[in-house]
Amino acid sequence: MFDQLSDRLQSTLSDVRSRGKLGESDIDSAMRDIRLALLEADVNFKVVKAFTKTLKERCLGAEVMDSLDPGQQVVKIVNEELADLMGGTGAELAMASSGPTVILMAGLQGSGKTTACAKLAQYFKKQRKDVALAACDVYRPAAVDQLVTMGQRAGAHVYEKGTDTDPVDIATWALDRAREERRDVLVIDTAGRLHIDQDLMKELSRIRDKTKPHDVLLVVDAMTGQDAVGVAESFAEAAEFDGVVMTKLDGDARGGAALSVKAVTGKPIMFASTGEKIEDFDRFHPDRMAQRILGMGDVLSLIEKAESQVDEKSAEELEEKLKKDQFTLEDFLTQMKQVRKMGPLSGILGMLPGMGAMKELRNANIDERQLDRTEAIILSMTPAERADPHLIKGRRRKRIADGSGTRVQEVRALVKQFDQMRVMMRSMANGKMPDPQKLMRMSGQVPKPKVRRR
Amino acid sequence: MIDLGSREPANVAPPEEAEPERRRGVFRRLRESLSKSRQALQEEITASVFEKIDDETWELLEEALILADVGAPTTAAVVERLEHEVDSGAVPAEGEAIRNRLIEILAEVASTARAKIDLSAQPAVLMMVGVNGTGKTTTIGKIAWHLSKEFGLSVVMGAGDTYRAAAAEQLAEWADRAGAELVRGQAGADPGSVAYDAVSAAVARNADVVIVDTAGRLHTQDNLMEELAKVRRVIGKLIPEAPHETLISIDATTGQNGLRQAKVFSEAVEVDGVVITKLDGTARGGIALAISAELGIPVKLIGVGEKLEDLRPFDPSEYATALLSE
Repeated sequence: MFDQLSDRLQSTLSDVRSRGKLGESDIDSAMRDIRLALLEADVNFKVVKAFTKTLKERCLGAEVMDSLDPGQQVVKIVNEELADLMGGTGAELAMASSGPTVILMAGLQGSGKTTACAKLAQYFKKQRKDVALAACDVYRPAAVDQLVTMGQRAGAHVYEKGTDTDPVDIATWALDRAREERRDVLVIDTAGRLHIDQDLMKELSRIRDKTKPHDVLLVVDAMTGQDAVGVAESFAEAAEFDGVVMTKLDGDARGGAALSVKAVTGKPIMFASTGEKIEDFDRFHPDRMAQRILGMGDVLSLIEKAESQVDEKSAEELEEKLKKDQFTLEDFLTQMKQVRKMGPLSGILGMLPGMGAMKELRNANIDERQLDRTEAIILSMTPAERADPHLIKGRRRKRIADGSGTRVQEVRALVKQFDQMRVMMRSMANGKMPDPQKLMRMSGQVPKPKVRRR
Repeated sequence: MIDLGSREPANVAPPEEAEPERRRGVFRRLRESLSKSRQALQEEITASVFEKIDDETWELLEEALILADVGAPTTAAVVERLEHEVDSGAVPAEGEAIRNRLIEILAEVASTARAKIDLSAQPAVLMMVGVNGTGKTTTIGKIAWHLSKEFGLSVVMGAGDTYRAAAAEQLAEWADRAGAELVRGQAGADPGSVAYDAVSAAVARNADVVIVDTAGRLHTQDNLMEELAKVRRVIGKLIPEAPHETLISIDATTGQNGLRQAKVFSEAVEVDGVVITKLDGTARGGIALAISAELGIPVKLIGVGEKLEDLRPFDPSEYATALLSE
């Protein structure tokens, strides 16, 4: 998502890194590049000015100039400052000590509030909380229907009174109901409004005053331009929001709004919405995001993701097998299924360090169907064949190909790849890191250029 | 704003009569809605900027345009051109003259060849595409209302957004207001089949216009862009030249990403024009300039409010003037 910014910063900084010593003019030219890169990324103009000023002061300071590797120091500083700009190490929602935790959602039209409400409900559901939604958008046609449908998908109860009731009344009524029914969390959806619409902004303040939410979240579209700051400031005034939900971060928006909102309002970005599905919603980690922008990878998020999907015991067993070279196609199948549970492979690749720098890999359109075929081939093998793929010769190969609806050549290729992979895995298990590109070739996912058909 | 071909606008008062009155209203509204942007720009482009014409003048002008989301390349091109003209003496080095020339240049950048919406075919097929939340369904509702109430055309709407919950219900309300017929499929149905049904229905009933809604999608999702291309192909099977107009809606608050959106969508479905929505906020919609300057895709309509009549034709010089004048 921050591809362009990341590219720019990386090329700028690798320039600096290739030199032994930095002069003031080197720093100046790096700052110019960073400034332009940030502007192109829609970072607010004023934020850019302030950011590059701080950055320059630190870069000209003793920590860089006296360092043995000044380039590396500059990277470190840019990383720290970027993370700081986006909100340090991340912020927590305030939760009620007793009774329902009330969360009020606000934002411009089309920023994705209703969807974010449902995703937030799903997020709490996963923590085994009883969540209810209040439908207070009585203006946009069918907004209530949308919340009801999405609420059901998230497994949340939806309090709605159609579109003829005052939103403030709906909110207070929903809160009463949530208290009576002992819900853990109540998320209040509100109508999208322009921050200059006085009446609607007053209505928002009234909902806030009546329901006394523990958290007010502002929903901001990641594609917003220079105006993001003005919007955030107005909402800060009317709704005193506590944090931001960034939506549509799965596009190629350069996300400058993400950088600017925290800098101007001081309110952290708490959640990020990263896809169409209701599960595509997560805590926002500014420090990790900064590393991702610089192409240093987001290994922590990847590990967390893996941890939530893979159980520890089977992971240990696997490691044992790898060391003893007892890894079979059966294990490979299990592994592949587990990895695929984590989501589309292209998303996972983006989190790996160094992947950002490999352009051709980043643009690789990973064909999930190819993985389906691989699965089908293995599933068509007998247990004996899965344990010892060398059994697979002429007629067995033909049978497997027929059974899986593939061709003999594909079966042969898979067995060959598996052999190579086993060798590599063994060395990995013994502590050697493989070349990621080699890894890609072996898994049969040779990157191919994107072809856009008309 | 609309090319109806040989079709006579039936059974309605000729729009010209109502036009002068409304025009004033519209431009006042546009000016009002842009007044915030203007004030902000005004702060940057005050007379003091032009008091002494030097490097700082140009830098401040650049800043002002960047803050309006015009984007670095277009900003640089516009300011460079203006600076060159002033240096060569073609434009007097004096505040008022420079500002007027800036308005002219901005209007020129925003002007593009064919800004009319071509609805001369029978039925004319109009397809609406765009990223999630940019205002596709609302824009379609407003267009349908105008065509039906103002021009007396019979309109069929196709609820091609089968993905977002309650999208069809939202469109149904608009169809109701506009007196248009709505063709819809099941939730999750193939959008191509809904488009097919809508266009067939329009052909069968000899309707004047059929407007096909599509689900919002991020331009980075290749499979969804491919789906969109398929919807277009399906329509083309029924009527070879259709869709006659494909419009992309772009939110005025959008930053430089709007350029990518317009580019990628037009690669997938040959976009004929842009609708800039939500121009009534403080967003300055400068991305409109970047899109016509860099991609040559004309801006055809702008949305300046929630009311039905707040959907207006895009007038480049009016837009540039409203953006800069006092």
